[in-house]
Amino acid sequence: MRLSRVVQEVPPSGIRRLFDLVAEMDDVISLGVGEPDFLAPWRVRESAVYGLERGRGSYTSNSGLLELREAIAAHITRRDGVAYAPRDEILVTVGVSEALDLALRALLDPGDEVIVPEPCYVSYVPCVRFAAGVPVALPTRAADGFVPQAAEVERLVTPRTRALLLNYPNNPTGATMGRAELMALADVAARHDLIVISDEIYDRLSYDAAHVAFASLPGMAERTLLLNGFSKAYAMTGWRVGYAAGPAPLIAAMTKIHQYTALCANRNAQEAAIEALRHGEADVVAMVEDYDARRRVIVDGFNRLGLPCHLPAGAFYAFPSVAPTGLSAGEFTERLLREAKVAVVPGDAFGAGGEGHVRCSYAYGIGQIEEALARIGGFLERLDGFVPATVPAGEVVAAGASRPG
Amino acid sequence: MAEAERTALTRRVLRALEKDARLPVARLAVMLGADEAEVAEVVARCERAGIIRRYKTVVAWDRLDEARVTALIDVSVSPQRDVGFDQVAVRIARFPEVRSVQLVSGGSDLRVTIEGNTMHEVAEFVARKLSPIDAVTATNTHFLLRTYKEDGEVFVDEPAADGRLPVSP
Repeated sequence: MRLSRVVQEVPPSGIRRLFDLVAEMDDVISLGVGEPDFLAPWRVRESAVYGLERGRGSYTSNSGLLELREAIAAHITRRDGVAYAPRDEILVTVGVSEALDLALRALLDPGDEVIVPEPCYVSYVPCVRFAAGVPVALPTRAADGFVPQAAEVERLVTPRTRALLLNYPNNPTGATMGRAELMALADVAARHDLIVISDEIYDRLSYDAAHVAFASLPGMAERTLLLNGFSKAYAMTGWRVGYAAGPAPLIAAMTKIHQYTALCANRNAQEAAIEALRHGEADVVAMVEDYDARRRVIVDGFNRLGLPCHLPAGAFYAFPSVAPTGLSAGEFTERLLREAKVAVVPGDAFGAGGEGHVRCSYAYGIGQIEEALARIGGFLERLDGFVPATVPAGEVVAAGASRPG
Repeated sequence: MAEAERTALTRRVLRALEKDARLPVARLAVMLGADEAEVAEVVARCERAGIIRRYKTVVAWDRLDEARVTALIDVSVSPQRDVGFDQVAVRIARFPEVRSVQLVSGGSDLRVTIEGNTMHEVAEFVARKLSPIDAVTATNTHFLLRTYKEDGEVFVDEPAADGRLPVSP
């Protein structure tokens, strides 16, 4: 069968191969998961059950339940100080993934360019291609904390550049961006009239400093599309509810595509999402506290093993370097899986700048993290040519101690 | 360490220990991103000050077929001059078979939890020790039939399997 050239040219996800490998092995401890280990808060699940009992299974408006959009608007105003009109500046989508796809299709003409800092979430580059755009990769470096430098972004801007796609806190690096760093990017966006698509799905998982929403920067709301959802903060990945908030014309264009393709997000999940926003705060805080403790345990563990690992300030991924093993990220991942039955994801699966690192999720109980670290320790001991990096004594503690208390 | 910092650390230490009393200090320090010696000091202080009362284990005894009888007793008390309910409450609390004594609002005053080997033993305690106390005017005994949740721990087994795909983006 003849398939579209665009689809043929986009390679399958680098994670897919790994998934197939893991699927045929027993007793694998995986740090490869990109979703919370927590169940959605009981109050959320219970409200979904209640909704089903009441027989609420019809379509909702294309834009999503107005009550949910109102709750989202109130939530954004409260947390980020940005006001969105629930009726025409918010669209409820089938997860952030759909929102991103809609945004790119709504914005791009064939050949338009989108600057994507890498390493990044695996679907960004393919989604730009599917929307007939041209992804322009901006590799970030461990030395910069995997944060894109404004001058380097500006160097990539051409007359065809339409948008800058950001994701902080970041999957896979756990990097976050502070106000000053974001302001530098805002400056570039303003000067070159770029739209900023800001995927802030991990915003609640910010451990060391309050998250700064890109749209909250002076003058940025009018050129920012904020993407967020319920998957990470409320452990609702499979429920598939996300949203986009931004300028009305862009939301209207996205809604046009959405109404023909998805119609609406799952109604039951939308209703549960209202409950999450209204009453889920304590659940979020408790989960974040747990992630924070695990983050420190896993990062401390990697540094002790001699794989240098910075303390990521957000999301739930550690991104240690495997340079001391002399292996590429792909070789390390494959050998670790076969020889020690631990699954991690090679950093280069997330694009430029990820080589030499592996993504290790800490969305697992401490016991499982400890078992994985012990297995990795055994693997490294048996590995010829491994020269453990020496971390100056106390450095890990020092990194953590920047947090008050 | 400044006082405010110590207070914040103390709260975080206590929250962690309340969930898992067996956390070693070294692990606790890593989890909280704090200095090990400071965490040890905070724990020692809480123990000395009686903030940490003891380290306990939540046990689902009914899974051992242990013949234990627990009763929750609502106790009405006429408060006494100067000491209110305190004297009677402490007097009840000193019996070893009494697991907890709490002053509550509502129809009665004290809520007492008692544990014994048989129903007869518990009934005897109520008849011979509790009711005869002068200030106690009435008791209402509820025998516990089944515990569904205790100390934040749900006793119903949830499916333990991790339903997530082993690798996902």
